[in-house]
Amino acid sequence: MPLLAANRVTKSFGGLVAVSSLDLQLEELAIASIIGPNGAGKTTFFNCVAGFYPVDDGEISFDGHLIHHLRPDQIANLGISRTYQNIRLFANMTALENILVGLHGDLRSTWIGAVLRTPATRREEHTAHEEARRILRFVGLQGKGDFLAKNLAYGDQRRVEIARALATKPKLLLLDEPTAGMNPRETQEMMSFIRRLRDEIGITILLIEHQMRVVMGISEIITVLDYGVKIAEGSPRQIQGNPKVIEAYLGRGVTTAG
Amino acid sequence: MLDGGRQEPMTTREIRLDIVRAVRIGLLGGIVFLYLTLVGLVGAFSERPLISGFISLGQTLLLLSMLGVGYVTARLIGSPSAKSAASQSRAILMSSLAGFLSGGILAMLVIVGQRIDVREVFVNATTELYQILTFGRGLPGVWLFPIVSGVAAGVSAATYRLPSKIRSPIVWGLAAIAFFGLFSSLFRTILTGISPGLSPFARLFFAPGEGLTPGGALVFLIFAAGAAASRRFGGQTRFANAVRSKVAARPRMRWLGYALLVLVALLLPQVSGPFLSQVLALVGLYVLMGLGLNITLGFAGLFDLGFVAFFAIGAYTLGLLTSYGPQGLVHIPFWLAAPIAMLLAMLGGLFLGMPVLGIRGDYLAIATLGFGEIARLLVGSDFLARWLGGSQGIIGIQKPCIGRLGSFLKPGVPQECSGIEFVGPQAMYYVILVGVLIAALVAWRLRDARLGRAWMAVREDEDVAQALGINLVGTKLLAYSLGAGFAGLSGAIFATLVGSIFDSSMQLFVSINVVSLLIVGGMGSLPGVIVGALFLIGLPELLREFSEYRLLFYGLALIVMMQTKPEGLWPSATIRRELHAGLEAPNEMDAASADSV
Repeated sequence: MPLLAANRVTKSFGGLVAVSSLDLQLEELAIASIIGPNGAGKTTFFNCVAGFYPVDDGEISFDGHLIHHLRPDQIANLGISRTYQNIRLFANMTALENILVGLHGDLRSTWIGAVLRTPATRREEHTAHEEARRILRFVGLQGKGDFLAKNLAYGDQRRVEIARALATKPKLLLLDEPTAGMNPRETQEMMSFIRRLRDEIGITILLIEHQMRVVMGISEIITVLDYGVKIAEGSPRQIQGNPKVIEAYLGRGVTTAG
Repeated sequence: MLDGGRQEPMTTREIRLDIVRAVRIGLLGGIVFLYLTLVGLVGAFSERPLISGFISLGQTLLLLSMLGVGYVTARLIGSPSAKSAASQSRAILMSSLAGFLSGGILAMLVIVGQRIDVREVFVNATTELYQILTFGRGLPGVWLFPIVSGVAAGVSAATYRLPSKIRSPIVWGLAAIAFFGLFSSLFRTILTGISPGLSPFARLFFAPGEGLTPGGALVFLIFAAGAAASRRFGGQTRFANAVRSKVAARPRMRWLGYALLVLVALLLPQVSGPFLSQVLALVGLYVLMGLGLNITLGFAGLFDLGFVAFFAIGAYTLGLLTSYGPQGLVHIPFWLAAPIAMLLAMLGGLFLGMPVLGIRGDYLAIATLGFGEIARLLVGSDFLARWLGGSQGIIGIQKPCIGRLGSFLKPGVPQECSGIEFVGPQAMYYVILVGVLIAALVAWRLRDARLGRAWMAVREDEDVAQALGINLVGTKLLAYSLGAGFAGLSGAIFATLVGSIFDSSMQLFVSINVVSLLIVGGMGSLPGVIVGALFLIGLPELLREFSEYRLLFYGLALIVMMQTKPEGLWPSATIRRELHAGLEAPNEMDAASADSV
């Protein structure tokens, strides 16, 4: 059974059909990409999976649960976490606090426990801080935990965002353009980091990406969207040679000429 | 103008530009003068001396405006770094010109006012006012005011241009006179309250009635100037540094400071007399409400302009539960009724929070504003008058009693208390103090806990917070209901303090007060709530005779705060770093070592 399965998902805004009857299956421990020209509906699909948008039609199942009618927090607690195209950190909280927010769903202490400062609450706070530091080290930001998120360098902000997503202990991680704005070296680091996430922690990864080098380099399966419709799906090699994909990206004229 | 050493000789164009600036500031200053006098501030304040026999508060106000004109001009003309005599004298000259002009505008008011009666429009343009403005000389003395104004502005500019180690003692000395003069009766009461033996000592400094004695003013001037000077010159001595590092290093020293603070808080109403206790109690009630709203607005970022609704729920619940008047229902003791009132207010918070869950930002403020008004209209309505008394209110609220509370006999007769009964603000102050301590503890503990982080995350970006698994409904409703609970407790104590409760107490102004005190004190900051309440509630209460100008004071305070210190008087760490980004990057070494632990 696939980890994530979208079945005929449709989402439109007014008259604009952003995602149209999309089927998508994602096996556990895969690294998959969704690509397509701007406005193809990639991020809209992410937002549907994460529960930001209610779907108009179709269903999405994750790990044996139907999730398309759930709230984002419920979906997050089932094990889907995400990052954003334009980084959305809690800018005025420290890096460590950002990660601690990610651990929220894992913690059990109640507000009454916090007011009374019960031993259980204190213990839990202590382990949560340890865990947050461990995650910070894992993403290579040791020593930067007390920096405000907004004062971190761009690449570090991306890492904090991923660290925060990891703190929710996801089974599936949705990465929306993780290498946007990065130089080639940073991009390379990010690619090997994404592989580590899968290989070391066992997280399934679905990413939206524009840099073809990244897409072709790490994806095992690629889904191509154009105007909300899936036009191709397959391994990087299959996609590279697909005339429909070339047409969507470069326009009809070029295809006929080529 | 040519002896400026390194400085280039002035061109006529530059001189003309300076004159234009000075004239502009002078005219603006004149408008401020006109405003202050015609609105009645100068007249009202003139009845109260600052230094007895020397200067009245009204004159102080005018003097301050003159100094302000000089200060502004001196800041705008010539760069302050240019130390040459030419640039100094130019700034002073221009400031005098500006001061003279603004004074001149006021002199015109006097001249016009002598011929035409403008009182039909400006009620405050009285002959007494003209007497003040002409220093009691009538029309022949009309030229005095512009000259005084010019001189004052020039002196102010000259002072501004002085090096800071000379300037700051002067400024502090004058500020001390203004401060102690303004609150002279307060300090006199406290001094005599501590021990009647101190009263001759107090008479030495504080004039009978209001204001300082000239000798007292001199002493305060010297002391404050001396303190400021020693801070400037002696602040870096080895001894001072040693003390400072000791205090910083030893938490025990800090605890000593806290203990002293607690002692002052405990003893204050004992020495301050009934009037000041009343003020303190009111400040305390607002602190309690402020701590509540600080959770809703400061922590979770949920704007609530209808906070008075929860205050009303608390007050009316307590009234119904404890009153021996016609509205009383069950006659239980205060100690039982107050928690019930608090719980009901929390339920109210949940109930009112639910419909506005999806509303954000400004819209939320408008929606909650409506709730506050609904609450006020409901408690005053004929519809509920049978239970809540309508505009008759609930009267005869039983005082709290430690000891045995006698049983209820018949309406209109208070229950007998055999033990300590909390009557009046001096006693109720302690009840309020306990409430404030509980609220502060709850807020402080929650801020650093899982829930506090969730609130902060919701305030920063609620979509992302939700996508990280935070249940928005639960988190927001908790913020509403905890905040509401403390407002309810405040209302309950208020009802007991006053002994009755009326719909007229549930004004929109209460909500606005609470929001304002958070803004002034510093959003999200616990000590800020206390500072804000002292400043916005305590100060106007102490200056009761000027209560007409209370809103003016509020508006001014808020504008000045937003302009100069948007983070508040005592900002929370978070807000401080929000507004001063990058200045407070932590020491990397520390962070790294903390991390390796």
